[in-house]
Amino acid sequence: METLAPTPEEQFQARIDADIRIEPKDWMPEAYRKTLIRQISQHAHSELVGMLPEGNWITRAPSLKRKSILLAKVQDEAGHGLYLYSAAETLGTSREQMLADLHSGKAKYSSIFNYPTLSWADMGCVGWLVDGAAILNQVPLCRTSYGPYARAMVRVCKEESFHQRQGFEIMQTLCEGAPAQKEMAQEALNRWWWPTLMMFGPKDSESPNTEQSMKWRIKRFTNDELRQKFVDMMVPQAEFLGLTVPDEKVKWNEERQAYDFGEVNWEEFWAVVKGNGLCNHERLQARVQAHEEGAWVREAALAHAGKRKARETVAA
Amino acid sequence: MAATQSEIPTAPAAAPAANPLFPLVLQLADTSLILAHRLSEWCGHGPVLEQDLALANIALDLLGEARSYYQYAAELEGQGRTEDDLAYLRSAVEYRNPLLVEQPNGDFAHTIVRQFLFDNFHYHLLKELQSGPDARLAAIAEKSVKEAAYHLKWSSEWLIRLGDGTPESRQHLDKAIATLWRFAGELTTPTALETNLQELGLLPEYAALLPAMQAHAAHVLAEATVPLPAAPFAQQGGKSGRHSEHLGYLLAELQYLQRTYPGLTW
Repeated sequence: METLAPTPEEQFQARIDADIRIEPKDWMPEAYRKTLIRQISQHAHSELVGMLPEGNWITRAPSLKRKSILLAKVQDEAGHGLYLYSAAETLGTSREQMLADLHSGKAKYSSIFNYPTLSWADMGCVGWLVDGAAILNQVPLCRTSYGPYARAMVRVCKEESFHQRQGFEIMQTLCEGAPAQKEMAQEALNRWWWPTLMMFGPKDSESPNTEQSMKWRIKRFTNDELRQKFVDMMVPQAEFLGLTVPDEKVKWNEERQAYDFGEVNWEEFWAVVKGNGLCNHERLQARVQAHEEGAWVREAALAHAGKRKARETVAA
Repeated sequence: MAATQSEIPTAPAAAPAANPLFPLVLQLADTSLILAHRLSEWCGHGPVLEQDLALANIALDLLGEARSYYQYAAELEGQGRTEDDLAYLRSAVEYRNPLLVEQPNGDFAHTIVRQFLFDNFHYHLLKELQSGPDARLAAIAEKSVKEAAYHLKWSSEWLIRLGDGTPESRQHLDKAIATLWRFAGELTTPTALETNLQELGLLPEYAALLPAMQAHAAHVLAEATVPLPAAPFAQQGGKSGRHSEHLGYLLAELQYLQRTYPGLTW
């Protein structure tokens, strides 16, 4: 009996199912390429925009050591942005195009950065909770099907775990400090808890792309699975710090061997996604402004390199 | 009872045999900290991602250098003050950085010119300090001179790119030179304290640094196709605690948490 030769799509899926990495020159479905470009560039933009809320406290860090750690951390984020833009470029887009999409509002970045950083304890919460959530999202991506993305994520994740530790350490120092410091820590947790739960995205029932992304192995756990993992990880840590998670419904469920918790305010989630968070405007504006004010600098570098090359050609 | 002449203390009681190196090390610390602080203001706002990284790198190097100096200064003083007490609990008039480093970032050209003027001095100073008689200062200088060499390379290359780039970048550069060149002179004009230390052999003679500094500046400016700026009136004062208006705001921000919540651990 004659068997039909497998289609390119079938061969592609067979490689994925066998956990063989897809590399830039391999054939891939257009939808896979587009989805990856969207996902990786969104991640890169998040690193870039994510520099702003923490950058907000570099000049006010309370000790030279903290200042140095925070600056190094934000610098790491710039580095992550670079790896990720490079990974996305292997799919046939350019950094310029990706930035244009960010600046026009077409491309998204993580909504968490549209919340303001109002006290020093926010530097603790961003590291402990936001980077904690990011790690849960990102660790599975070290095994994602697209090679350059997976390799970039290995580097990113190594640094992220250091970031999370420094965030926790800021919280711990505050919680062991004066009453005013502990209050500062609790107040920040009250503000950051729910927005970090939102970082895992909409409920599975409202996340239409999840199934295809799981099939392509560019996503390895569903949004709700990761959200549950996060709550299970963080509630005991908050207890250890002597802080209270701002959700009365948080309760250990013996049967499920997991914490029950309340419902995220999805109205707020969608409002921020759609651009109505407190800082959406400022964050994007800051990026656009840096880009526009940097235009003459980038042009000068190009022009000078051109002149230099021309002179070398003449000399040779 | 009215105090008689002899009852008025002539010097603070707690100043036993002040080490002459203490104010110098503090001045070096303030200088590196203030410039690091300014550079850190760029974080997230650079003209291109790679330069955001470079600016943060230089800021981190200078911050690390400042911390080494502050820690040493605290030991030299021997009054139980820490690096953070020295950085966070001194007022603007007590700060001893030269005026140049407290000048605002301005646009990228201003940042580059400020950096170039500083790096050209800093690198040549550290080169000498690393073989100086004070072992601790020499060790800090030996570590920092490698970083300073990279800083100088970076700021020199950018000065050349901006000067010999586009007409627009040249305009930006010319403006920055006109604004900042007047602060260069203070770096190499010794104060009474510095003269004293130079006489003690603890600090290199600035006059001896000048030929190499001038040669490098002339080379870079020529590459940048920028005529050597006429020596403007050299503004002085920062190293003696007489600062521009900018420093007060910088310190208000830098010291905000320590001043709001005195005596806490962070």
